[in-house]
Amino acid sequence: MLDKEGIAKRIAKELKDGYYVNLGIGIPTLVANYIPDGMDVVLQSENGLLGIGPFPFEGDEDPDMINAGKQTITILPGSAIFDSAMSFGMIRAKKVNLTILGAMEVSENGDIASWKIPGKMVKGMGGAMDLVASAENIIVAMQHVNKAGESKLLPKCTLPLTGINCVKRIVTELAVLDVLPEGGFKLLERAPGVSIDQIKNATAGKLIVKGEIPEMTV
Amino acid sequence: MNKVVSNADEAVRDIQDGMTLMLGGFGLCGLPENSIAALVRKGVKNLTCISNNAGVDDFGIGLMLKQRQVKKMISSYVGENAEFERQLLSGELEVELIPQGTLATRCMAAGYGMPAIFTPAGIGTEVADGKEVRNCNGKDYLLEMAFEAGFAIVKAWKGDTMGNLVYRYTARNFNPVMAMAGKITIAEVEELVQPGELDPDHIHTPSIYVHRIFQGKDYEKRIEQRTVRKK
Repeated sequence: MLDKEGIAKRIAKELKDGYYVNLGIGIPTLVANYIPDGMDVVLQSENGLLGIGPFPFEGDEDPDMINAGKQTITILPGSAIFDSAMSFGMIRAKKVNLTILGAMEVSENGDIASWKIPGKMVKGMGGAMDLVASAENIIVAMQHVNKAGESKLLPKCTLPLTGINCVKRIVTELAVLDVLPEGGFKLLERAPGVSIDQIKNATAGKLIVKGEIPEMTV
Repeated sequence: MNKVVSNADEAVRDIQDGMTLMLGGFGLCGLPENSIAALVRKGVKNLTCISNNAGVDDFGIGLMLKQRQVKKMISSYVGENAEFERQLLSGELEVELIPQGTLATRCMAAGYGMPAIFTPAGIGTEVADGKEVRNCNGKDYLLEMAFEAGFAIVKAWKGDTMGNLVYRYTARNFNPVMAMAGKITIAEVEELVQPGELDPDHIHTPSIYVHRIFQGKDYEKRIEQRTVRKK
């Protein structure tokens, strides 16, 4: 089974040289720590920045330099800054190659719910609806089950949706799965030490297991 | 032409109860701090505020929420403000949550003189309820209307007395598109300079969009999430 860092490490293997990538808040943010050496990946922050650098050294924080999670950051040689309309323009126009975000639920047809629990939590969707509506390459990073032990990979989402038919791949502490265009979660890899039965038990939606399922390397 | 006003109180002098305001900033970054303080002092009520976030409990638009000056917020993310959540869940505050890109682009449309935009954000979700859907090249898009705001209030780093503006780093965020969208645009700047001192090639907001400008003071520039690494 993977911890959060492990999920981030596995997702980092999906990166390719030259990719422009948008990382959501939470586990996706950790992916930035595992960009392979020698690979050029430019991170997009939807408030209006290409080229997010590491956190500043203590004492060097600049209130005018933050990421979409409102954290103080630095910029890198080659970074560019722009307004929020242009930021979502490049997202809508599919210039961003890969979007990695968290979710509360994903359905077997690729719907995602991530922004609201009616009556309990009202935070808003931020940029998530824009990202999932336009991105062609969306990976969800999340836990396989919620805190109550219920599966987050469902036949149909129960929470208000963020977007429909959009999630392509899911990486959890148990597995890597693809959402098939015809519906269903196709099991690609098992996390170290995790059995197919464990994954079956944690997946409420249609799970497709064909042939040998390799253990992932992280 | 005289766009320069002496301070925030003079800049917001004719903002009245019930008006719709755009307020620049992302989180607490690039916020028109001086103007918000002046609106709190003025005590105008029943405002509709278009702003990506709602500040925190004791800073930014949170200060106006605390004084019950806001009737309705139009935002994309409001997770940082407990007082906001309380007023929302108790029904005291009306809230319209919209996707961040839709928010930015509805401002942009207003500034570019276009009545509406088509965007895929929100298709198949409750954001699409009651809105016109148009299929273009096999994909569905929502019709979203340009914003109409009596005033846009923005914060820039430098501005000249004609109203040209330059922003600093990610404090740019929503400020340029809101500056273009207000019927009357108020800009507060950290440094007010004479025409000619800003390189015309580096101006982010041309003066035509700005009606009032003043040099703010005592900027707090609060940091919401201080994240650092060890030396």
